[in-house]
Amino acid sequence: MCLGIPGKITDIWQDRGTRMALVDFDGVTKDVCLAYLPDIELGDYTIVHAGFALTRLDEASALQTLAFFTDLGVIEEELGGAARPPLGASDSTGGTGGKERAS
Amino acid sequence: MKYLDEFRDPQLARVLLDEIAATVTRPWAIMEVCGGQTHSIIRHGIDQLLPDKIEFIHGPGCPVCVTPLEMIDQALEIAARPEVIFCSFGDMLRVPGSRHDLFQIKARGGDVRVVYSPLDAVRVAEANPGREVVFFGVGFETTAPPNAMAVVLARQLGLANFSMLVSHVLVPPAMTAILSSPVSRVQGFLAAGHVCTVMGTWQYDPLVESFNVPIVVSGFEPLDLLDGVRRVVRQLEAGEARLENAYARAVQPQGNKTAQAVLSDVFEICDRQWRGIGMIPASGFRLSERYREFDASLRFDVGDITVEEPKECRAGEVLQGLIKPHQCEAFGKACTPRTPLGATMVSSEGACAAYYQFRRLEPPKEVAVHG
Repeated sequence: MCLGIPGKITDIWQDRGTRMALVDFDGVTKDVCLAYLPDIELGDYTIVHAGFALTRLDEASALQTLAFFTDLGVIEEELGGAARPPLGASDSTGGTGGKERAS
Repeated sequence: MKYLDEFRDPQLARVLLDEIAATVTRPWAIMEVCGGQTHSIIRHGIDQLLPDKIEFIHGPGCPVCVTPLEMIDQALEIAARPEVIFCSFGDMLRVPGSRHDLFQIKARGGDVRVVYSPLDAVRVAEANPGREVVFFGVGFETTAPPNAMAVVLARQLGLANFSMLVSHVLVPPAMTAILSSPVSRVQGFLAAGHVCTVMGTWQYDPLVESFNVPIVVSGFEPLDLLDGVRRVVRQLEAGEARLENAYARAVQPQGNKTAQAVLSDVFEICDRQWRGIGMIPASGFRLSERYREFDASLRFDVGDITVEEPKECRAGEVLQGLIKPHQCEAFGKACTPRTPLGATMVSSEGACAAYYQFRRLEPPKEVAVHG
């Protein structure tokens, strides 16, 4: 019941005062309750648990993470895996790490 | 598929694997808390791709697995009553109680129905005013908001025939219990990303501080898990302990405030038995005083069931990360998904079921012991 996968909101309507949506999981659609995401809009992606949308996926953040992984590959290639900055000196999570860090 | 395929990219996975291999110098034991993460790790073979020095200890984050036997027996007793329509998520139906499971109750004529959402159970109650409709409300902080909303809606709709058997559990107290255990080998955590979409990440700061343990909030796709491991290993190798968020596209530090407000209205924190682990203080939700009338265990007076687990089942040790599933003598022999001895063999999120499904049938040649 916890294997939430991302789906796209393709329709929104009211059902007796509750905001509902049709969510498309790559061709499979489900009716989903939006009570916990009052601001989510058509075209947004969300993760659904037990029939409820619980979070809106942030595209900018997803792209930033992927760009960081790509950069990491380029750096590895250039350094040939040999020369590496010492651990703790400058955190290589930088780039995304600063903004992502929750603490 | 958007947000899925990109995070399964094999080339970027290799980049992260290389980075981890270049960073690790010593053996480390990392616990992935969530059963969904366990499933993904075994399914994608991530544990086998990582350097030998990194061991995954599979955590207790499988709601079906940790729902206490007493609660399963209460569910069975309620579901067997002729006036009851018993609604449950599908993966609870095969979980063995003391004597039988919900499937057997259904086979004997009990009205047991599988629902996808607790809202479906509310609709069943609306459509059957002459019957008692009971929903089995289990799970972690991810299923708690849906279940809470079902109770709120039942009250709004004036459904006196709806009630919920609540057995909710909470992740941070379980992590505290694991870290406090004298036999724990866990040195760093991948925290459960979807739990954090609801509760945020602030709950983990005290854990990082008290136990000096790295905690990285992680997603479920291969790149998410590898990035989680990369960040934990970097911290461990540098002798650091911080909270990091490797799942920022889905997790905000504050979580979902709307959901948290409904949770604190509908539920209150209580001590909770965890199947295979025992009682963990302040580790569960029960219905709050305001919503107590919807509590099925009070409505049907089944509160005093006492039970005993089968002795040959070692699910408790699996859930605490003390053994791997294939180190249990019954694994794949007396215990299979068709004839499960314990709940960890039932749920797709259970470690035993994941090992069985993806053919990890042989014990490892050598079990690394870390100091």
